[in-house]
Amino acid sequence: MSFITANWNPLGEAFYRKTELYEMSWSLRDGLRDSLVAAAPYGGPIALLREPHRRSPSSRPQLEIYSASGVSIASFPWKSGPVVQVGWTVSDELLLVQEDGSVLIYDVFGTFKRHFSMGQEVVQSQVLEAQVFHSPYGTGVAIVTGSSRFTLATNIDDLKLRRLPEVPGLQGKPVCWLVLTQDRQTKVLLSTGPDLYILDNTSCTAVSPPGLGPQSGSIVHMSVSFSYKYLALFTETGHLWTGPSHLQDKLNEVDTKNTNPPQQMVWCRRPKSQQPSVVLLWDKLLMVVGVRQDNIQFPIEEPCVLVGELDGVRILSSSQQELLQEVPLVCQEIFKIASMAPGALLLEAHREYQKSSQKADEYLREIKEQSMLGEAVRQCVEAAGHEYDSITQKDLLRAASFGKCFLTDFVPDPFVLTCRELRVLNSVRESSVGLPLTHTQFKQMTLQVLIDRLVYRQFYPLAIEICRYLKIPDYQGVSRVLKHWASCKVQQKDLTDEAIARAVCVKVGDSPGVSYSHIAAKAYECGRTELAIKLLDFEARSGEQVPLLLKMKRSQLALSKAVESGDTDLVYTVVTYLKNEMNRGDFFMTLRNQPVALSLYRQFCKLQEQETLKDLYNQDDDHQELANYQVTASYREKRLDSRLSLLQSAVDEYNKAKNEFSAKATEDEMRLLRFQRKLDDEKGAGLLGLSLQATMEALLALGLHKQAEQLYRDFRVPDKRYWWLKLKSLAEKEEWEELEKFSKSKKSPIGYLAFVDVCMKSNNRFEAKKYVSKVMPEQRVRAHLAVSDLEGAADAAIERKNESEMALVLSRSSTSDRLLIDRLNRAATVAKK
Amino acid sequence: MAAHLSYGRVNLNILREAARKELREFLDKCAGSKAIVWDEYLTGPFGLIAQYSLLKEHEVEKMFTLKSGRLPAADVKNIIFFVRPRLELMDIIAENIISEDKMHSPRDFHILFVPRRSMLCEQRLKEQGVLASFINIEEYILDLIPYDGDLLSMEYESAFRECYLENDQTSLYHTAKGLMTLQALYGTIPQIYGKGECARHVANMMLRMKREFAGSQNQILPVFDTLLLLDRNVDLLTPLATQLTYEGLIDEVYGITNGYVKLPPEKFAQKKQGEASKDLPTEPKKLQLNSAEELYAEIRDKNFNAVGAALSKKAKIISAAFEERHNAKTVGEIKQFVSQLPHMQAARSSLANHTSIAELIKDITTSEAFFDNLTVEQEFMTGVETDKVNTYIEDSIAQKDPLIKILRLVSMQSVCNNGLKQKVFDYYRREILQTYGYEHILTLNNLEKAGLLKLQSNSRNNYPTIRKTLKLWMEDANEQNPNDISYVYSGYAPLSIRLTQVLARPGWRSIEEVLKMLPGPHFEERQQLPAGLHKKRQQGENRTTLVFFLGGVSYAEIAALRFLSQMEDSGMEYIIATTKLLNGTTWIKSLMDRPEAQTS
Repeated sequence: MSFITANWNPLGEAFYRKTELYEMSWSLRDGLRDSLVAAAPYGGPIALLREPHRRSPSSRPQLEIYSASGVSIASFPWKSGPVVQVGWTVSDELLLVQEDGSVLIYDVFGTFKRHFSMGQEVVQSQVLEAQVFHSPYGTGVAIVTGSSRFTLATNIDDLKLRRLPEVPGLQGKPVCWLVLTQDRQTKVLLSTGPDLYILDNTSCTAVSPPGLGPQSGSIVHMSVSFSYKYLALFTETGHLWTGPSHLQDKLNEVDTKNTNPPQQMVWCRRPKSQQPSVVLLWDKLLMVVGVRQDNIQFPIEEPCVLVGELDGVRILSSSQQELLQEVPLVCQEIFKIASMAPGALLLEAHREYQKSSQKADEYLREIKEQSMLGEAVRQCVEAAGHEYDSITQKDLLRAASFGKCFLTDFVPDPFVLTCRELRVLNSVRESSVGLPLTHTQFKQMTLQVLIDRLVYRQFYPLAIEICRYLKIPDYQGVSRVLKHWASCKVQQKDLTDEAIARAVCVKVGDSPGVSYSHIAAKAYECGRTELAIKLLDFEARSGEQVPLLLKMKRSQLALSKAVESGDTDLVYTVVTYLKNEMNRGDFFMTLRNQPVALSLYRQFCKLQEQETLKDLYNQDDDHQELANYQVTASYREKRLDSRLSLLQSAVDEYNKAKNEFSAKATEDEMRLLRFQRKLDDEKGAGLLGLSLQATMEALLALGLHKQAEQLYRDFRVPDKRYWWLKLKSLAEKEEWEELEKFSKSKKSPIGYLAFVDVCMKSNNRFEAKKYVSKVMPEQRVRAHLAVSDLEGAADAAIERKNESEMALVLSRSSTSDRLLIDRLNRAATVAKK
Repeated sequence: MAAHLSYGRVNLNILREAARKELREFLDKCAGSKAIVWDEYLTGPFGLIAQYSLLKEHEVEKMFTLKSGRLPAADVKNIIFFVRPRLELMDIIAENIISEDKMHSPRDFHILFVPRRSMLCEQRLKEQGVLASFINIEEYILDLIPYDGDLLSMEYESAFRECYLENDQTSLYHTAKGLMTLQALYGTIPQIYGKGECARHVANMMLRMKREFAGSQNQILPVFDTLLLLDRNVDLLTPLATQLTYEGLIDEVYGITNGYVKLPPEKFAQKKQGEASKDLPTEPKKLQLNSAEELYAEIRDKNFNAVGAALSKKAKIISAAFEERHNAKTVGEIKQFVSQLPHMQAARSSLANHTSIAELIKDITTSEAFFDNLTVEQEFMTGVETDKVNTYIEDSIAQKDPLIKILRLVSMQSVCNNGLKQKVFDYYRREILQTYGYEHILTLNNLEKAGLLKLQSNSRNNYPTIRKTLKLWMEDANEQNPNDISYVYSGYAPLSIRLTQVLARPGWRSIEEVLKMLPGPHFEERQQLPAGLHKKRQQGENRTTLVFFLGGVSYAEIAALRFLSQMEDSGMEYIIATTKLLNGTTWIKSLMDRPEAQTS
């Protein structure tokens, strides 16, 4: 095994290493010379625009897109205008900023997506320079125009152009400039040579970096770190100033002894950096400048491009790609010559163990004596994550695995997770895929985003393998991949609708969480309506089908799907939509074929549109409901004649519905209303609207016996009810004579106990007694008791030889009635025999 | 706070906690102080999920009732509307917001739809031009609310009416959604049985939704073995009968709403020592009724005639417990006695409350009117002279007894006779219209549409067959120590519960004939469980069935199911769910239509 530290270079107390990522697969005829090169961070794709300034139509510049490993993804001649800058968005879309201020967006396969303009005035003044930057809001574009004005768009997906104020004294383009994102604000830092300015939305402020004396000369190059926290400024005297980007402090100032401005200058830091540095690239030299005076120098043999990353710098040349980074602390501890760190000892112990040497035990003992075994394992696991070489990874992980055998309370999760993640990382780093992600970048980017990227690059099988391997729940993993695949599939123009629908159905099947409606929407977007409808058929959630169907103007289908879903709100939504879309006749016809929708619409009308309700019933010849509707409506009418006419229509409808009873009842009601009105007019009786019973009651109370009688006869009121009514009414008015007369008018249909009870209720025992004798024998005891005539009750009971009645009387008699009690008891004994 | 929800076989507190969590999350979304504007109908059900204290913890400072006009002043950052998705409420909200803007106070508006968002309502808000005023528009999925350890209700008052009168199946959609939520928390229910059109519809929707959610499938061991969906119109008879259990009677007489009952205050006067009880309280006494109260849990499902004995037994136990203090000699004993005091005092006050309630109810049950009414009901249920005009009903109409009472009795007669003869039918209807007013013709038409009243067709009256096969009438119902569910109606065994009972053993196949006589299809569905979730049943372990009553359930039916759960050899425990807790009166009321007359 080669020495791991062989490619380590000390910088201050830390080390820097250059790791080869790829031998580039491409073969570039002219290297990287004369090209605009843009490589997306996080191991993203590389775009190359050769000789951008060639303008003759006979030989157009060529735009080429490669994976990070140099595998060609797309290549085509650039037919649009002259390009000033090329860059990548956060979601790996390619941006080309043209001289005329228009920005064209392509996907990674070179398919044109859309374009936007950086402002009309730019067409005249032209873009001199442009930068593509990433902010918390997304991807932004900044340009400086021929009239020395800056324009910013902080998020190209939500385009808002901001023209920044003028910079005093600036002619043409500044010497150097960059975009800063601070405190949720995007600013431009620029050097006009003698002066340094910060340009924000409203003002242009001159600034001077603390501790940078005028003797250093003007600033000719500048760079901001990946996180926008640190700034590096290069002056014409070859001095490099570094400090935080708010320019209120200074970290360091170094004389690079090189007065040529560098071609490129990039920060090289990593999270928890011990020794951050700035990497400067000249024609033949790459210099890594640390915080102190230390630096590392690498000779350069061919043109290079530096790509800043979260935890290092990628160095891209026509033949290879390297990653320059500070060696992570944990790796330093393990691999540093003569290191006694627990991880280093554990690695050694494991090596000895493999050689079957007893030294393994000695090393292990040493770690255990310091109770550092847990730490040792942790170090090995963590270091494995940072190593790019799979053999080194395995060594470290085996050592960790060996070490954890001696631990009792070891939590295996980090170990298992690192093993899995490394496997995933190793597979995406493969040259054929070309995503040279470090573990640190991967963690920052998250697995979700990695899968998205793979999907975006159409590495579907690999993405699915990874999802399965990491056991990601289907709806976040495999299903999502399938969804993307299907959305891409429906765009294949060379396949028939039938073939695509079948292919999608076979692959996607009923994978949970794949929304067919989403795929169908994609198909519809590409103008394939028929395919969209075919795909929608596979959608299990009818609720999801509806909005798209409506959008595609398949409203009938949408309605039946809405009904199928059972979601009444959805049905209402479609119904409302149809109502606005169709003419009334068609609308009603459509509803007629969907009874569920029709009932819901009726409900809606009941609350909101009474008139429509009537039309609906009419259309359906639903006479019963029409009649009910008229009845309800009649109660809303104030005037009697309109009320009567509505009731008359109700009668007609009831008749049509063959509901004889209701028709008759309604006619009766009309008759009653007329009668009431007449009496109200004549006598001011206030009867209108009362029930028949209440009307008779009121008439009796007013002494209008004859009219009450008339109603009783006209409306065929049952005798019983009328007798009760009259009885109560007379008693209430204490018309006892009248009552007696009434009782004798004919045989009472309600018996005479009722008379007794009602009189007693009015506390008139005298009157009550009159009727006791008329009560039927079986009720007579109760009648006597009602008027508190115990003797009579006793007589009646004895006469009827009824034991329970005797008992009843007994229970009511007080103990003083000795005689009565004896008599009853005797009779009871007799009755028993 | 809600411990009684977790006592049962199925811990329904999980559901409540899930609901609370969601509520808290929503409230925290609206940062800063808030006022809630309530759709009044929601306050009752919400009270079972979260008390004011929870809202207060999340900076709810004011609460208002939703009404038209201007919102009351409140110095808060957020105004949140808690509403059902109804168009008429949207109009009120719009009015609130429009008048608010004029006062140029910068308050944030939010809207929380319960139980579901509605595009229709949002459309309406848009038409009114206020949709954009809302920062958050969300839904709070509150379908099934835990009422007790074994009882869930949606408190969807109009469910029966909508399903059977208006062919509006919104409530069934909510039911299916609610059952999906339940399955997400308690595992997929492997077996589904059902009887009735609505049951079929709900089952279909559930199966469809399951397909839709496929994959996000939960890996929870199923808590329920079986789901039984029952349409209320399969058994129209039971709710019409007067319930005779303690809880049932409280509901019949005073009405239980959202677990609370309001009682006349006279019986509950605090008799403090030495003070003459001259100040009788005038506010009705409000009591919460659930199984958290030990005594109530014990007597709620008893036949009322057995409650007296239970109360006096309890009284003896409690006074014996208090007597213990005389035996407490050592410091340790006294200490132990004192430690039990709070519990004993609670038991004593609970006893006092229920003794008072029992007295109030006894006054009614011993009255002649109650007895006569019950006699007629029982005659109908046993099939005595159901095809003639009933004298008692006739007299009750003549006496102008409450209309609902009349409708309950007439409906009962119709149901027990498989419809009324034309002459009888017309006579009753005419009597009702003449006495209570013509406007009730709409209500009568509704009852007819719902099947509660009908004209006898030529087909045979099959009620007697159903009664005999299902043993709906038990001559010797034992009220004190029941051995059959018929005790809940002192003789009548509720049809719905008999169906449930037969399903458990020996199975519906044995009553195919009867099932065919009852309306709607009966069916069985199985839901595939993910591998590894099949229950390994312990010997003698009970199975759990969720019985869902679509269109409502009465307390007596619940009591009967609880009785079945407790029967030693039943092998089945029941959890009850429903769209609405009802009794005959509230049920009939929900079917009535009253046009408001305009007086000139």
